[in-house]
Amino acid sequence: MPLTRTDKVPLFAEGGVSTLRLIVYLTMAMIVMVVDHRAGYLEGLRQLASRVIEPVYRVAGLPAEAARAGRLAIATQSQLGEENRTLREALLLAQARLNRMAALAEQNERLKALLDVQNNLGLGVQLAHLVDVDLDPFRQRVVIDVGRAQGVAVGQPVLDAGGVMGQIVEVLPNTSVAMLITDPTHAIPVTIERTGLRAIVYGTGGIDRLQLPTIPISADVRVGDRLVTSGLGGRFPAGFPVGEILEISNDESGMFAAALARPAAALERSGDVLLLHDLPQPMGPPPPDASPDGREPTP
Amino acid sequence: MNRQRAHLWLFTASIALAFLLQLLPLPQALLPLKPFWLALIIVYWAIEAPERIGLGFAFLLGLAGDVLSGELLGEQSLRLVILAFIVLRFRSRLRFFPMWQQALAVLALLLNDRVVQIMVRGFSGEVMPGATFWIAPFVGMLAWPFVFLLLDDLRARLRVQEP
Repeated sequence: MPLTRTDKVPLFAEGGVSTLRLIVYLTMAMIVMVVDHRAGYLEGLRQLASRVIEPVYRVAGLPAEAARAGRLAIATQSQLGEENRTLREALLLAQARLNRMAALAEQNERLKALLDVQNNLGLGVQLAHLVDVDLDPFRQRVVIDVGRAQGVAVGQPVLDAGGVMGQIVEVLPNTSVAMLITDPTHAIPVTIERTGLRAIVYGTGGIDRLQLPTIPISADVRVGDRLVTSGLGGRFPAGFPVGEILEISNDESGMFAAALARPAAALERSGDVLLLHDLPQPMGPPPPDASPDGREPTP
Repeated sequence: MNRQRAHLWLFTASIALAFLLQLLPLPQALLPLKPFWLALIIVYWAIEAPERIGLGFAFLLGLAGDVLSGELLGEQSLRLVILAFIVLRFRSRLRFFPMWQQALAVLALLLNDRVVQIMVRGFSGEVMPGATFWIAPFVGMLAWPFVFLLLDDLRARLRVQEP
């Protein structure tokens, strides 16, 4: 019986796909990319598809969840006792510090009242959990298990116990995506706590490094200086720790000093995060339609 | 369950699994090692069942991947269409390669895919990733024999079940 040929394509000839179709699809892909890059249709598409996306994220996060639960289940009594003890100590320490801070805060309030300054110490926060999925190893994004239904909005700062983690960049019905401060496209205005020098901290793309590429050469910056948010820009409220200077060098042009810093937040270990609710007062000039003389802004 | 349906079921399950693996969290140090699972699965099915994988299908899978990862729409489509095209064009030769040659071919495909990705990111004005960006194709090469043997074995079992 002769063998029937299942494969109609000769061994060394062109395959069953035509170059024309390749070109058509490549063009389509490029058009989609350019349109999306300009107009950002992806976000709308993601909103539509969120009923599918959110369960997929939860399912993909399940193994990590199970691993965590498993680790907890087989942790020995002594380990748990040890952990409990350290946590209790930390709580005690924090409580003591808080008590002292409360007195200071009260004093501060009083002084501010005397000075007639706007009160901005009260913070509305919302506790949330990270959904452990990895969107892209080369982009610093995390997925959080609260969304529009829980009142999350784009731009809300995300914190953990150590300091600022990032900000919300996308909100789906029950999930949101936050950009970490270590993302290369993220920048956050800070002041150096010791000297009050203002600077901008950029992400590097590495989870444990931040950079300050443009510090004036003459500025007084030392290794170990703590960076806190300055509140400028109106996105992050003032006074939250961002990081600590690790090393200082000159940049290539020799015009500025450049520094590397370590993030204060435990970006790779945090499971629980806080979302700040009350966005700080917007800074800068008022929007054009609120101009004092009431004129419409010229288009 | 007839053979056709079992086959279709395996096909769908493998693609769904690839999407989940793509999202699977790893410890920070291992993150750059994560291979492009979707590409491996597409290479397998393009070699073994080319009637299922066309350029249009690769395009749609890429769109789905982009919607899931929430970055530039069309990036993975472009990458997967190129990948599927190369595999389909050289399919007759690839399927008779010994395993190590196949793995090398997969490495070349994945490296090419990384080049495409870097070009796309360059054009969209993003920051260039570091040297660890190039590790994943090698992990993909190492993973290929396992993917291939596992899926081949599953397919053979489905065939045996058929009376």
